[in-house]
Amino acid sequence: MSAPVLEPQFASHAQQDFARSFGMWVFLASELLFFGPLLFGYLYLRMHAPHATGMASRHTDMLLGTVNTAVLLTSSFCMALAGHAAQGNDRRRATRLLALTAALGVVFLAIKGFEWHQEFDEHLFPGVGFHPADATDPATVHGIELFFLLYFAATALHALHLTIGVSACVWLMLVLRHPPPRGPGNEAVELAGLYWHFVDVVWIFLYPLLYLTARSGG
Amino acid sequence: MTSAQNDASIVDEGTAPHERREPSYLAGGYRLIDWLTTRDHKRIAVLYAISITFFFFLGGVAAALIRLELATPQGDLVSDDTYNKLFTAHGIIMVWLFLIPSIPAVLGNFLMPLMIGARDLAFPRLNLASWYLYMAGGAIVLWALLAGGVDTGWTFYTPFSSMFSNSHVVAALSGVLVLGFSSILTGLNFIVSVHTLRARGLSWFRLPLFVWANYATSLILVLATPVLAMTLVLVAIERLFQVGIFDPALGGDPLLFQHLFWFYSHPAVYIMVLPAMGVASEIIPCFARRPVFGYRFMAYAILAIAVIGFLVWGHHMFVSGQSMYAGMVFSLLSFLVAIPSAIKVFNWTATLYKGSIRFSAPMLYALGFVGLFTIGGLTGLFLASLALDVHLSDTYFVVAHFHYIMVGGSVMAYLGGIHFWWPKVTGRMYSDTWGKIAALVIFAGFNLTFFPQYLLGYAGMPRRYHSYPGEFQLLHVLSSAGAVILAVGYLMPLGYLAWSLRYGARATPNPWRATGLEWQTDSPPPEHNFAIAPVVVREPYAYTPEGP
Ligand code: HEM
Ligand SMILES: [Cu+2]
Repeated sequence: MSAPVLEPQFASHAQQDFARSFGMWVFLASELLFFGPLLFGYLYLRMHAPHATGMASRHTDMLLGTVNTAVLLTSSFCMALAGHAAQGNDRRRATRLLALTAALGVVFLAIKGFEWHQEFDEHLFPGVGFHPADATDPATVHGIELFFLLYFAATALHALHLTIGVSACVWLMLVLRHPPPRGPGNEAVELAGLYWHFVDVVWIFLYPLLYLTARSGG
Repeated sequence: MTSAQNDASIVDEGTAPHERREPSYLAGGYRLIDWLTTRDHKRIAVLYAISITFFFFLGGVAAALIRLELATPQGDLVSDDTYNKLFTAHGIIMVWLFLIPSIPAVLGNFLMPLMIGARDLAFPRLNLASWYLYMAGGAIVLWALLAGGVDTGWTFYTPFSSMFSNSHVVAALSGVLVLGFSSILTGLNFIVSVHTLRARGLSWFRLPLFVWANYATSLILVLATPVLAMTLVLVAIERLFQVGIFDPALGGDPLLFQHLFWFYSHPAVYIMVLPAMGVASEIIPCFARRPVFGYRFMAYAILAIAVIGFLVWGHHMFVSGQSMYAGMVFSLLSFLVAIPSAIKVFNWTATLYKGSIRFSAPMLYALGFVGLFTIGGLTGLFLASLALDVHLSDTYFVVAHFHYIMVGGSVMAYLGGIHFWWPKVTGRMYSDTWGKIAALVIFAGFNLTFFPQYLLGYAGMPRRYHSYPGEFQLLHVLSSAGAVILAVGYLMPLGYLAWSLRYGARATPNPWRATGLEWQTDSPPPEHNFAIAPVVVREPYAYTPEGP
């Protein structure tokens, strides 16, 4: 009853499902490498300017970052439940959980936006207006600026991914009402889930690097 | 020409009741819109072929102007600024719009599903989307060139590109970024298809080497291209917001850019040459009528090249100020990558040994590829030697080296592939004589163009200069003369291949009596490739010597 259409290039549904989730994995491997230069740049900075990295990281808002981490982890949990519901062919329940996931995603983005706003006000956005409150010697200022450049680039790239994830949830909510072949098969929810968890995992790496580095030293 | 059913068939047609003939993929839907919305991998390959050919000749026009300028020692044809824009346009177009997509997107798209016995790639819509991305990227690059050009060189070295150049760098970067997405999608599609859609009986070690090569290339595309994409975004950010990432004056580090750029761009040369090796590995056994020598080693060598290729980027940075120890390590690793390449050359040679060789047009191109690739590869060892590179770096020696690999190697193999599979793609035969003449003209023109450049470089002529001391003129004139011959050679196939579309004899399913699965279906193939799903029962390249 809920069998999705079988595309002509596949011999069976099993083959088609496998190809799709395998495709998603390859795609995510590729996605991960988009963050590669930023992480490499971070490593480079950390090695060449450890002091500035530490100072810079203390300018980020740890409270908001931590709240956001919790929000994102909760959303991943909802997403996992949605996948489970879809697998059990309970498409209504899956839809509701997707809505919750998307909502949490939006909350994350809102908090992130608020943080950016704060940093902007503190003149921490790289460029001509950049001047951190506590550093004066040019080398340290440069280091802090580079940190914030990587910070803004990485969090913006992450937010972009999250926005795509939220759109995928909304799209699925709208189309799950139709049964196949017009609507998607249940495995579509799981593919979206894979993507969502990936975005989550990326954040799990960004959070300690950007917020927690050198905080312990005081 | 003999019939399709030949002794070398590796397919067991099973107990097919009777053949149900589907019309060819070219038959249904002639309107433009049918082509622009197609999901058939074969039609998408044709779309790519047309657009890539256009860009090849556009890049060629820039090359012609460069060579014309260099025929005299004074910079008298174009201004220095225009010259910089010319070689940048030439480099960007040739690398990103021709070399990287050519074999995978044209031949790979057409052949990969056929060779693995599949009805299409795993994601046909994605395949079409990647062609649209290619066109969009190409359009953006063209716009950047028409709006006034770019003068950074195709490597976009910072801080020049990010802070000083007052040309259309951001537009060009965006174009290259979009092109990158196109290649990532193609790579992803190939990887998934090879994993999931192989015909029954087609185990990994029965795959044609062309499939292996494109598979390894796809891994590089998927893993290296995102790094380039983000690096380009960082350059754009530095340029737009004037913040220091790569510019030392702003607290950035230019070495960081070079690391990131070459982390992509060295593997990128394997993106260009691995598929070419795949093509040669199909043509040579067929026209020597012998199985590929050391099939498994050939497959392992392909993987080894793909993997080691990720570890040698620093050989582009010997004179950049990186630490001496890093230089030594990169030098050593670069020698390592020569080993699998040499294995491949030896194995092609061994395949030829005692073969009953037929010198048809595709074979001439393939042999040309092997020869030129070998020269290019050997001179690469000069450059991988730390001490020598300090002398040769940024001279014409480098220009000659990479043209031997990329133009002598990849373009030659691409043309060989076009000739080899032309009957399959179009259902028509072309004039073998004309094909042979063109191959010889290209070979001669190529060597006359680029061999003098080795000598120039050795004598100390730096690259990217538009005027030079008079003593270099003789070699430059030879090179320019060669370029004219080369241009004629490249134009010839356009003529006789176009002619064959209308007047060529009808091709049988397997005119070369080759063993690959793609030859087991009609020429041109039906829309879904095979009437009955093939089952493979034999090892690859089961060629037997030619009968009397
Ligand atoms: C008629 C044939 C060709 C001629 C005469 C020619 C000429 C040149 C010259 C003189 C340069 C060096 C500019 C400099 O560094 O001073 C150059 C660079 C280059 N060529 Fe070609 N070329 C030809 C064909 C090709 C083809 C077919 C390709 C690729 C398929 C190609 C790829 C490149 C690349 C990637 C560069 C590097 C650009 C740079 O240094 O920024 N060339 N070419
Ligand atoms: Cu290299």
